[in-house]
Amino acid sequence: MYEIIVVGAGHAGCEAAHAAAKKNHKTLLITSNLKNIADMPCNPHIGGSAKGIVVREIDALGGLMGKIADKTHLQIKMLNSAKGPAVQSLRAQGDKIAYPKEMVKALKELKNLDIKEGMVEDLIVENGEVKGVILEDGTKITSKIVILTTGTYLKADILVGNTRTRKGPHNEKPSNYLSGKLKEYGFNIIRLKTGTPQRIERSSIDFSKTKIEPGDNKYLTFSFDLKPCYKIEDQEPCYLTYTTEKTHEIIRANLNKSSMYGALDDIKGIGPRYCPSIEDKVVRFADKERHQLFLEPESRYYDDIYVQGFSTSMPPEIQEQMVHSLPGLENAKILRYGYAIEYDAIYPTQLNANLETKVLKNLFTAGQINGTSGYEEAACQGLMAGINAALKLENKESFVLKRSDAYIGVLIDDLITKGIKDPYRLLTSRAEFRLLLRSDNADLRLRHYGYDVGLISKQQLNKLLKKEEDIKNLLSFMKETKIKMTPNNKKAFEDNNYQVPTSSESLYKLIKRPEITMLFLNKLIEIPYSEEIQEQVEINLKYEGYIAKSYKEAEKMLKLEKKQIPEDIDYDKIKNIASEARQKLKEVRPTTIAQAIRISGVNPSDISILSVYLKKEYGKDE
Amino acid sequence: MNDTICAIATSQGVGAIAIIRVSGDESLQIVNQLFKGKDLTKVPSHSINYGKIIDPKTKKIIDEVLVSVMLAPKTFTKENVVEINTHGGIASTNKVLELLLTYGCRLAEPGEFTKRAFLNGRIDLLEAEAVMDLINAKTNKQRDLATNQITGKVSDLINSLRDDLVQVISNINVNIDYPEYDDVDIITNDILIPKITNLKNRIQNILNESQNGRIIKDGIKTSIIGRPNVGKSSLLNALLEEEKAIVTEVAGTTRDIVEGQISINGILLNIIDTAGIRKTSDIVESIGVEKSLKMMEESDLVLFVLNNNEKITEDIKELLSKIKNKNYLIIINKTDLTKELNIENLKIDKNNIVYMSIKNNQGIDELKSKIIEMFNINQIESEDPTYLSNSRSISILEQCLNRIIDIEKGLKENLPIDMIELDIKNIWELLGTINGSTYEDELLDEMFSRFCLGK
Repeated sequence: MYEIIVVGAGHAGCEAAHAAAKKNHKTLLITSNLKNIADMPCNPHIGGSAKGIVVREIDALGGLMGKIADKTHLQIKMLNSAKGPAVQSLRAQGDKIAYPKEMVKALKELKNLDIKEGMVEDLIVENGEVKGVILEDGTKITSKIVILTTGTYLKADILVGNTRTRKGPHNEKPSNYLSGKLKEYGFNIIRLKTGTPQRIERSSIDFSKTKIEPGDNKYLTFSFDLKPCYKIEDQEPCYLTYTTEKTHEIIRANLNKSSMYGALDDIKGIGPRYCPSIEDKVVRFADKERHQLFLEPESRYYDDIYVQGFSTSMPPEIQEQMVHSLPGLENAKILRYGYAIEYDAIYPTQLNANLETKVLKNLFTAGQINGTSGYEEAACQGLMAGINAALKLENKESFVLKRSDAYIGVLIDDLITKGIKDPYRLLTSRAEFRLLLRSDNADLRLRHYGYDVGLISKQQLNKLLKKEEDIKNLLSFMKETKIKMTPNNKKAFEDNNYQVPTSSESLYKLIKRPEITMLFLNKLIEIPYSEEIQEQVEINLKYEGYIAKSYKEAEKMLKLEKKQIPEDIDYDKIKNIASEARQKLKEVRPTTIAQAIRISGVNPSDISILSVYLKKEYGKDE
Repeated sequence: MNDTICAIATSQGVGAIAIIRVSGDESLQIVNQLFKGKDLTKVPSHSINYGKIIDPKTKKIIDEVLVSVMLAPKTFTKENVVEINTHGGIASTNKVLELLLTYGCRLAEPGEFTKRAFLNGRIDLLEAEAVMDLINAKTNKQRDLATNQITGKVSDLINSLRDDLVQVISNINVNIDYPEYDDVDIITNDILIPKITNLKNRIQNILNESQNGRIIKDGIKTSIIGRPNVGKSSLLNALLEEEKAIVTEVAGTTRDIVEGQISINGILLNIIDTAGIRKTSDIVESIGVEKSLKMMEESDLVLFVLNNNEKITEDIKELLSKIKNKNYLIIINKTDLTKELNIENLKIDKNNIVYMSIKNNQGIDELKSKIIEMFNINQIESEDPTYLSNSRSISILEQCLNRIIDIEKGLKENLPIDMIELDIKNIWELLGTINGSTYEDELLDEMFSRFCLGK
């Protein structure tokens, strides 16, 4: 008898199992293949725009992904470094061998975690409550809570040209029956699709025809606890190449051979808008002369190169032609062909904010089964599901992050409130408070929560408290310290073509000038604080007005967030609500007015009718 | 929310006819009980039916009426609507209303018909405001302006601004979310500057025109000031004498003492008479003087009346300096009396002076033409009024303009484009609150509390 069973050991499953076991709950992690724990079946990178911030958030809360990536990556860079601090985000090139290995090591250190190989095909369900899992050989394993993190394995079909094969990623065995069972239990099951490109043998590529894309020349880490464990000069580069007119001709001439464009007529899955196949790109953006492709190494331990941006479901012989039309890949040897994969997922509005399902009690779900795409999106849901499963066992209140707390909060709220049309990818533009949700302040935002839920140690917390103290002190230092216009200081201004202040000026006033940076101020006076602390103060002072505006907006939302909608509300009793809105409200069952506003198809007039009804029926002030 | 409401929809008073509007699920059934004529539940939608309203208890005929039956959803409220045209007269109209209330209707709250139209998705927020304006419209110009908002012309204008913004916003977002891809145009500050300038000009234009819109809708707030006994009240009377027909309100709202309204070429002049202004030690009088000065401060046009037969005093000089920054006309009255007034040294633009002898009916036309000139009334008259005419919308647009000024400043300071995007998005959201595309919690409450009964 376990307290928690986690089904699936991908990025969601690993984080869920880690969080549950670390919180001292007897946990079992079941995977269909022990060799595939924390597998990266598609692209080899971790992080990226918005996603990199999520990795930082996972680390701030006490999850694993950031630390494992830091220990194993091939290169790392800061995206958008020329833009503002709110949109900067880390992206690392992962190692598909080292990452899983390091993850397994971390999981094996956990006393309360058992790992077992097996294919879960059904759940033990009694009176609408989950009591454990049933394996394909009929073995029953009981538990108080089950977390499903099955990725793309539910009724997975690999699609290549005109063939459809019931297989998971890397030709792994899929789960044939679990999604059918979930449907029987009352879940609304949807079909999604994603794809992956070819892998090419490194030695067959002429890199001289491509552009080199190295890692950053500066040490960077996802984790707030680790020092960099790599050498800048040892980073592996990526390479940039482009499709050619010939590539497009080949694709256009053979379009009907692609699974997605007619070769298969039974495709139901909806692919991600944000990560289209190369067929889609050529068809939908017909006037574009070329499309970018990144050649990315997958590991230090083998030679496969991943062709990022070239995902396809063309038959192998066409893929050969396509690849050979690319500069540098004229003689490339394809090790594995690209394919599309179709799989079952549950429609995410069937989830509560703690990721427990509304359909079955004590069943949590996380990752691609909830309709998301991406390792980071999966990992953060796994972490939240693991924490919340544990909190439920401890009879504690759920841990729900708000949209103004974290990208994780944005992601989960979007899923459960808006539902999805295609696999959900996090985007900076989804976060209305992105100025508050920065990469640099993830620890300041979330570490206290991590400590409260028990995944962050006292020692880690003390480090944070020190940082908060330092920031406060530096802020006063900036206000109190005046720079005299000595000849030397004058010269420093002049050398940079900055306007020289007429009299002595506080550091606080100076940093507010758009052209002046902390780096420059350090030339005028020794600022006795670390670069990390200086960065925080610089951002907070430079963008003070904008940040204040964001806080004001966030407060406005929090006010609406406090206007609760009773759980037992009967939407059929509210007469004038539009029928589409009524249906959506019944489906999502928002817990607050703020959440109701965010439901698409629910209009302002519906909200005001709902507010009037609440006031009348429940005597609440909305 | 779905009960049946009724109210007298025409203005109260003695008129040729009065209309009682009934809206809700039960409208037909309730009216049918009182109606002697065709069975209203069986007549076609949007038909007018002749008959009599009868008190079911006493069987007495109350009035001879025409009843319009309009079935949901093609009605103003999207509910079943019945309108009863009575023969006016306060007594009979009130009796019909009373019967409706007795037989199942509830008296509509202020603005409730419009609120239902809005809540049922019949009209958007901007249109809801316009309906109120339409009902209150006293001049043809006002009616045109309100009609334009109802048909969504202003909404279209706002939406076109929003559409342009959305394009910029999404492009910047793609730049942020796909930083490694050079396939997408990179929006730089240089690309953004002309776009922002264009936007600024468009919003500025709408605001300028909206100023006219406000004048059309609210009229020109005009105060008559001057020392005691210079002819202020005579001026008021003379102006009103000309336009008796639209003298409506006397001692109106609590805010202003609107003594009367006149229409000059379709533009309303709301005239406020003030207490005579002079230096005084009398406490009561000085309160009156203070009030007069405040009204002068708030008005769009100041008519400063001087007595031709009186010497310039310090009071006059002081008042003159106070009105310098306002639209003002100096009216020199009593030109039939000996000239004692010497204004040549006072540096007053001759264009702003009108000589009158109100007693002898001289100078009224000249005064009017000066006002027309001053407010470009002829131009307003000929324009197609597609602009915002209520102060809420105008103030939002002014906020947008301020944000744009922030953006221009930011662009000059080389603020990162993603910061600038926050401001652009903010403008987009603000614009949405003008026609209700963005949900604002307090907006509705504020809006609907302003509607008048039964509109």
